[in-house]
Amino acid sequence: MPSTYTPIATTTLGSAQSTITFSSIPSTYTDLVVVSYAQTTASSGSPSINMRFNGDTSAVYSMTQLYGDGSSAVSARVTGQSFAYFANIPNTSASAWGSGIGSIMNYANTTTFKTVLSRSADATFYTIARVNLWRSTAAINSVTLYEGSSGNFSTGSTFTLYGVKSA
Amino acid sequence: MPDTFIKIASVTVGAGGASSIDFTSIPSTYTDLCVKVSLRNNRSTVTGYPTLKFNSSSSSYSQRELYGTGSAAYSGTAGGATSYLQFYADGSGATSSTFASSDIYIPNYAGSTNKSVSIDSVVENNATEANSLLFAGLWSNTSAITSISLAPGDSATSFSQYSTAVLYGIKSS
Repeated sequence: MPSTYTPIATTTLGSAQSTITFSSIPSTYTDLVVVSYAQTTASSGSPSINMRFNGDTSAVYSMTQLYGDGSSAVSARVTGQSFAYFANIPNTSASAWGSGIGSIMNYANTTTFKTVLSRSADATFYTIARVNLWRSTAAINSVTLYEGSSGNFSTGSTFTLYGVKSA
Repeated sequence: MPDTFIKIASVTVGAGGASSIDFTSIPSTYTDLCVKVSLRNNRSTVTGYPTLKFNSSSSSYSQRELYGTGSAAYSGTAGGATSYLQFYADGSGATSSTFASSDIYIPNYAGSTNKSVSIDSVVENNATEANSLLFAGLWSNTSAITSISLAPGDSATSFSQYSTAVLYGIKSS
């Protein structure tokens, strides 16, 4: 029986660091799934895990989100960004960890712009649903995740890239 | 090539209903867990509120939720509940033969850190009331998760026949 949901790469941080990159992503899958389980080394706030494709730092990313903070439901949108917003993560003060799950359908095609659908769960701050757009028709061959407050991911943070085949 | 998304166990509720759905003796050999459920309970309203517990623990839970009713969006904390995590099911007041779908994702369930839970849950009723929920939960306990218990929850005593729950293990390598 063929495997349809395949781990491509995984990283568990043995020390705090600001960036992880999945590179040389094969084009042989249909979709990609990124899963994070992470925390920032900061002692306050809930920074974003930012995401870039193929090292592209140009202002060609946009995002729309719906989030709840436990008292208010909010929707927001940004355009002309130099990165996508993947998930938000808790800080060390509550000893909490946040999960992020993102799907990138049809990542290897060279015809369409690329969309990321992501869910972010951090019970100390936000529950979030996001859609990001990378305005590039290039096939995705690398995904970079970095801590969005210019800090570091905590030791033990884990990031996994899965490939999903439709047949 | 390794299998990545593997069914560990499944439950289908039979005639007479079930007072709980339990997954026990969960092996520690996976990276993440995912529970996919289709639930209906005997709460008299359209929406039921089943609960989720780990390792039979009734403490150290917290949650933030974002939900929509079809006419408005809200955010809350399930009343600050600490003895369980809570999501959605169709209650007995929902249109007959409708069941709520939920996707429960638990990363790093066997690790030695506090446990984060992400739940997407929807109640569709083909009538006035329907609810969609995005949920972030935390179990502030560093034990590895070895069991998951689903209970019918608030004002309900049983899950209805044909409710299902499937536990999957996901390996990152």
